[in-house]
Amino acid sequence: MQRLRPLLPLVAIGGLASLPFAFAADTTRFWQGVFIQIFILAIYALSYDLLMGYTGMISFGHALFFGAGGYTAAILLRQAEPPSMLIVLAAVIIVGATLGAAVGALSLRVSGVYFSMITLALAEIFFILFKADDPKLKPITGGEIGLQGIVVPAAIDATTYRLRFYFLTLACMVGLYYAARRLINSPTGRVFVAIRENEPRATALGYNTLHFKLLATAISSTIAALAGMLMVLYEKSASFEMLSVNLTIQALLMTIIGGIGTLIGPMLGAATIRLLDHGLKGEFTQALLPAWLRPDLVFGIVYVVLVLFFPAGLMGAIRKLRGKTSRSSVERLRQAMKPKAES
Amino acid sequence: MTPILEVEQIQTFIGQYHILHDVSLQAEQGTITAMLGRNGAGKTTTLKSIMGLTPPQTGTIRFAGQRINGLRTFKIAQLGIGYVPEHRAIFRDLTVTEHLVLAERKRGDLRRRGDLIFSLFPDLQRLERLLGSQLSGGQQQMLAIARALVPETQLLLIDEPSEGLAPVIIEQMMRAITALSEHTTVVLVEQNFRMASAISQAYFMLDDGRTVDHGTMTALRANPQLIQRYLGAA
Repeated sequence: MQRLRPLLPLVAIGGLASLPFAFAADTTRFWQGVFIQIFILAIYALSYDLLMGYTGMISFGHALFFGAGGYTAAILLRQAEPPSMLIVLAAVIIVGATLGAAVGALSLRVSGVYFSMITLALAEIFFILFKADDPKLKPITGGEIGLQGIVVPAAIDATTYRLRFYFLTLACMVGLYYAARRLINSPTGRVFVAIRENEPRATALGYNTLHFKLLATAISSTIAALAGMLMVLYEKSASFEMLSVNLTIQALLMTIIGGIGTLIGPMLGAATIRLLDHGLKGEFTQALLPAWLRPDLVFGIVYVVLVLFFPAGLMGAIRKLRGKTSRSSVERLRQAMKPKAES
Repeated sequence: MTPILEVEQIQTFIGQYHILHDVSLQAEQGTITAMLGRNGAGKTTTLKSIMGLTPPQTGTIRFAGQRINGLRTFKIAQLGIGYVPEHRAIFRDLTVTEHLVLAERKRGDLRRRGDLIFSLFPDLQRLERLLGSQLSGGQQQMLAIARALVPETQLLLIDEPSEGLAPVIIEQMMRAITALSEHTTVVLVEQNFRMASAISQAYFMLDDGRTVDHGTMTALRANPQLIQRYLGAA
């Protein structure tokens, strides 16, 4: 078993790459769509885990970065003469990184729950601005209707070439996962962990922790913005829902259910939540469940059960099978929410 | 000879609490200086004030002649002051090697200082791959001191190295601190008077946030009344 472990990523990637061919011909398009969304959410969850799982900062405004990437792509692609995809990509990266650094600069003077509150407030400001029916803003943001009818370059149009788009998002997810893994194993990644564990100690070792926290926020927001861009390319529309606190909570849930600070866990969490959502809201299940048992209520029960029985998330359960221990999500959340003490 | 560390009449508040009222302290180059006093006398806060973790409101702190109070903590650390906090503050999810690499300030610090560190703490070499959470209390303490020695350190502040350790480990720690004082000046906070008096040359006595007495350790050992008065039993 131990000898076969290095093959595991290959098997996983190979499995996902051959998945579209495993479904029956009449449903494969639909399932490709579901998995495209899973891959995009997995990238988004990955970005959240970099911040929460490794640097120990709980942002309540993560949807802001996802939405910023989405709206940037949407606004550029709706121009009369849309720029090339490469320029859109560059713009999304620049907006993501700048916004992350700016939010960080405003909120990182405080830690713990205060950091969470400031990020929430900043994200809500943008949510309200983009939803507003203001005559000055609406031409840019689309207001409550959002930005519809986005023309995606024909070569990556998910309607005509769904399978191609499937492989594009899969490749993005795998690439970003390995980039994140590399970052975590680098000297910079070790400073992130040191900040999570004991920030005053990290400064006493001579690290300007503010710089490292800004870097973590900027990297995380850039990856979230890329996920937002992919979502807009897939949906061909951008709406204020992308900026809502619901989406931030999704990130938090995916991370907790998958396993905080494991990178792969939150990606599994994204798949779990998306598939559960599909399963519960499908016609078949709806026919089986009594009317009062709303899908959201079932979700709530499932989340509670998962957290009770897998306190360290899905990855924690897998690690337990292999005889290793992990800290519970609750303990890690408590540590992250605590305003940092001295020593 | 001018002392490498001079603390002059500092006052420190934590929140609304006035912790240090008037603390002064000097440490001569190449010596071990012990800071003594009861629980709550302000010893730990004095170390934190030096590191800028709880910056003093008045008074001055000079290191190698340069005024350092008001600087940010990471700047103070970069000047060459190592700090080994109480409770050791080991990162539980990093390995022993990762702790040492993390403490590098310039690439290659660990390679240059590795021989010194592993001669002081030979055990660490065999524990390299263990996580912080897998080490015993004594091993964590050794790692905490080793980590502070990775960059060129002119001054090492150690808070309660004997806390919670078995007597045989304390002996080992005393030998290691004595040996490392050949390379760096040490300021030691210690409740264990026997250990402090065995290895340090000078002492500063703190009581209720004030420096109340100081001198050579030889003089203190000859003055049981003073020990009785400020430390309780010797």
